Amino acid sequence: MTEQPRLAEQNASVLLPEPFARWFGEKGWSPRVHQLELLAKAEAGQSVLLIAPTGAGKTLAGFLPSLTELARRSRRKPGEAHRGIHTLYISPLKALAVDIERNLGKPVEEIGLPVTIETRTGDTPSHKRQRQKLVPPDILLTTPEQLALLIASNDARRFFEDLRYVVLDELHSLVTSKRGHLLALGLARLRAFVPGLQTIGLSATVAEPDELRRWLVAQNRPIDAKSSEMAGLITVAGGAKPDISILDSRERVPWSGHSARYAIPEIYEAIRKHRTTLLFVNTRSQAELLFQELWRANEDALPIALHHGSLDVGQRRRVEKAMADNALRAIVATSTLDLGIDWGDVDLVVHVGAPKGASRLAQRIGRANHRMDEPSKAILIPANRFEVLECRAALDANYLGAQDTTPLIKGALDVLSQHVLGVACGGPFDADLLFEEVRGAAPYAALERETFGRVIDFVATGGYALKNYERYARIRRNKDGLWRISHPSVAQQYRLNVGTIVEMPELNVRYVRQGRGMAGRGGPVLGKIEEYFAETLRPGDNFLFAGKVLRFEGIRENECVVSNGAGANIIVPSYAGGKFPLSTYLAEQVRAMLADSDRWKALPEQVADWLRLQKEKSVLPKRGDLLVETFPRGNRNYMIAYPFEGRLAHQTLGMLLTRRLERAHARPLGFVATDYSLAVWALDDMAALFKAKKPSLAALFDEDMLGDDLEAWLNDSWMLKRTFRTCAVIAGLIEKRYPGQEKSGRQVTVSADLIYDVLRSHEPDHILLQATRTDASAGLLDVSRLGEMLSRVRGRIVHKHLDQISPLAVPVMLEIGKESVNGGANDTLLMEAADLVEEAMGRS
Amino acid sequence: MNFSLSRATLIAEADLIGIAGERAVCDRRGVLYFPDLRLLAVSDLHLEKGSSFAKRGALIPPYDTGATLLRLQAVIADYQPRIVVSLGDSFHDGGGAERMHSSFRERLEAMMAGRDWFWVAGNHDPEAPADLPGDTVRELAIGSLVFRHEPSKQRVEGEIAGHLHPCARIVQRGRSVRRRCFAGDGGRMIMPAFGAYTGSLNVLDRAYAGLFRLETLVAYMLGAERIFAISGSMLRPG
Repeated sequence: MTEQPRLAEQNASVLLPEPFARWFGEKGWSPRVHQLELLAKAEAGQSVLLIAPTGAGKTLAGFLPSLTELARRSRRKPGEAHRGIHTLYISPLKALAVDIERNLGKPVEEIGLPVTIETRTGDTPSHKRQRQKLVPPDILLTTPEQLALLIASNDARRFFEDLRYVVLDELHSLVTSKRGHLLALGLARLRAFVPGLQTIGLSATVAEPDELRRWLVAQNRPIDAKSSEMAGLITVAGGAKPDISILDSRERVPWSGHSARYAIPEIYEAIRKHRTTLLFVNTRSQAELLFQELWRANEDALPIALHHGSLDVGQRRRVEKAMADNALRAIVATSTLDLGIDWGDVDLVVHVGAPKGASRLAQRIGRANHRMDEPSKAILIPANRFEVLECRAALDANYLGAQDTTPLIKGALDVLSQHVLGVACGGPFDADLLFEEVRGAAPYAALERETFGRVIDFVATGGYALKNYERYARIRRNKDGLWRISHPSVAQQYRLNVGTIVEMPELNVRYVRQGRGMAGRGGPVLGKIEEYFAETLRPGDNFLFAGKVLRFEGIRENECVVSNGAGANIIVPSYAGGKFPLSTYLAEQVRAMLADSDRWKALPEQVADWLRLQKEKSVLPKRGDLLVETFPRGNRNYMIAYPFEGRLAHQTLGMLLTRRLERAHARPLGFVATDYSLAVWALDDMAALFKAKKPSLAALFDEDMLGDDLEAWLNDSWMLKRTFRTCAVIAGLIEKRYPGQEKSGRQVTVSADLIYDVLRSHEPDHILLQATRTDASAGLLDVSRLGEMLSRVRGRIVHKHLDQISPLAVPVMLEIGKESVNGGANDTLLMEAADLVEEAMGRS
Repeated sequence: MNFSLSRATLIAEADLIGIAGERAVCDRRGVLYFPDLRLLAVSDLHLEKGSSFAKRGALIPPYDTGATLLRLQAVIADYQPRIVVSLGDSFHDGGGAERMHSSFRERLEAMMAGRDWFWVAGNHDPEAPADLPGDTVRELAIGSLVFRHEPSKQRVEGEIAGHLHPCARIVQRGRSVRRRCFAGDGGRMIMPAFGAYTGSLNVLDRAYAGLFRLETLVAYMLGAERIFAISGSMLRPG
């Protein structure tokens, strides 16, 4: 026996109440060192961050301080008032809360603890919510949105007065988004209610644990890394190294595309050889396709299920239940199952498509085999040749334990606006005190008082320079100096709009019997589909959804009516969300691999051949170089650049380059971007322009494009409009759309686009436009990444003019026509349509 | 004279269309001009829509009235019409004119000065706007034309209406373009909404059923530089 377990046993007897020690004994287990360490720190009054790989008993560790305290607590005497919530557990996923209820309920029952555990999510029926307010459970499992709602009710202070612990699960994934901002503000509010509140953060390995440690506790000192407050830290080293391989296919790996159809027989074979296989893909469309293909190959009729965020919730619950009962052999899933849900006996993870980020890959592989000491088994299936490189790089990164977690960003102002209104709904507040409270939340630690004042002004009257709305103020400052909501209806409105997840407008997919057309009576709802996709369909079109081929009948109010479909031309819906860009770290790895022919040995032969051919016909760029190829094809001239900076940054670059080429009279016609490269095509010979230095290639790629060009383009960009809509909904300027409300149609509501246009021309410095620009540069446009790239390649651009297309250019060239080029030139399309009419009428 | 010169340069013979025998220009900014009558028609201004929403708790920017008036001012300056017909829903609600900021009221009155101005009653503003000059009418007949807010159920040659906020959508090279439009079949014309916060409804929506002779329906879609006349057969719903 080693020293450590004995120590742990000694500690255990001191720290663990008798029933816990007995339970561990009965199970033949002993508490893990980190579980006891966490308990000790918590009992000493500290907040703690626990970083551990999946399977390390993180959940039990997180709840141990609560459970032991609850076990020691005296029972409530009859007639005594009900006690409030003791522990609040917050997870990013509803499904996770439901899962924890199940997993925690078991030991609680076996130990015989007098502890009540309940969930509260968007799916919780209202009678249960009301009952929870009167008789709160000891442990409440919930989501950030529900916390925001609880805080905004006028009995919040009483509801939370007995709160001791807040357990935050999957903290690493919560903190990187606006939901994290909302949660941080909610936590600050809870601290104001209960000053001695302790937090326990559970996280997978992250690059910067200190960021999370700060996030967990109040930041009351001025921001300064050395003196800022941090939670205690417990780190558990990773378990056995996962056994990961890249599929070395017998088949030919395609140039482009994301379906990995070529590998279906091999994937099916792997499913047959394992107990339960989890198949991850990056987008919902890929999930639908893969599921369809697998069933086509499923000669043994193995139970294979589909799970993604657009499916009906009942359908998803059934799949989760079947998975927990080990009734499935395979599940095709997207990120809805991405986080720490550990159900069933998964013994293989298959990742189809490139993993896009090394951390993401590590997370997903954690799904297999939740016993920490056994290696997890995973197979990566690259869908195309560039993905082979990416998978290889990700694999190397995983063994190296590399990290590429998204850096934390400053707290968003739209979220703060929502929170301020929520606070007002809960009761009157003093602006200065609330400001201090908000600064205690790590994302807002650097917030300035002046900005906070503008936020309050925005919440009250819209914060416009034209003071026209004083009489319609939503909150008002009374004589006592406190801000209050001006009318109870404000609180009602707030409750309907809480949250930071703004979906694209969606339609319910309603099934009707075939042959009944639009007149068919409503069958079940299969899930939701994005409105813009439904608008491209014509009655009679067949598309793939929920694993079925459906025939589009038409749109009725907020529903997309479908029946059973069939046929050869099946369309796969695309979803705006869920496309992750290639992470910076992985991009760097891929570039390094391209430049180093020694590393090609690790690649499948056909891929290595492809790179050798590129070297022969064109150039392979050195690690820090940017390769730009030009060649004519058909009656057009092409320019291909290979920055490897991810699709978002490439799209932004494409927009800016075409603007510049237009000014240089190169007559550009379009561009298309992938994660790896970018193709621009024009009528004129761009190589000749570069040669004549009109402009030179270096000037074309100069960083100054991020100045005026970016500004000018941004203002008209659909991306900025989309971002504005999100900000405006979160900030409470426009309402979320709910099913049934669309009936009133386009005439009655005011679209976010129109508001954007008016606001931009009349008050460009408005706080909401400021928030929009900040968001867009960080998110959709990846401007910072583009900027870093442009400065990195300065003086290192390698131009190669070719007679014909190069091997490396094939993948992006195949994307042309598949991908729509957004922005600009819409009038050109109108002109074409108008000309067509003229032509047909014989007038031209 | 200065303005007649500017009018002459504005109207090219090719841009003229016929409505029940009258010559008209569909201006890409969303107004209809009859050069022979020197009449300018504009529809669905929805002034004070912003404050109407604010009243109900949605504090959308209060600049819509200013933006709409500025654009109206520009077309009036270009055409210098003798008669202006505002085709109903000029204000978003009955209290709109009252709520209007004094600076906007002054701007509007300056525009109205020296010309005949008709407020056609709409469903949003059935009464005359408070304290503003101009004549409020249910409908207005001039020559072979009749101006009313809501298009009538039965066919009326020469009817100019608003109310429906038409837009049209085409799909070209796999991409969809949706724009506000004038919708006409040579006999009747439904005008696009002019207000800054007005949305639009596709001309193929069932709300338009029976209003047009489909074989001669043309959507005059508003472009950045010009109008695009698209025949009904090319249009898509949604």
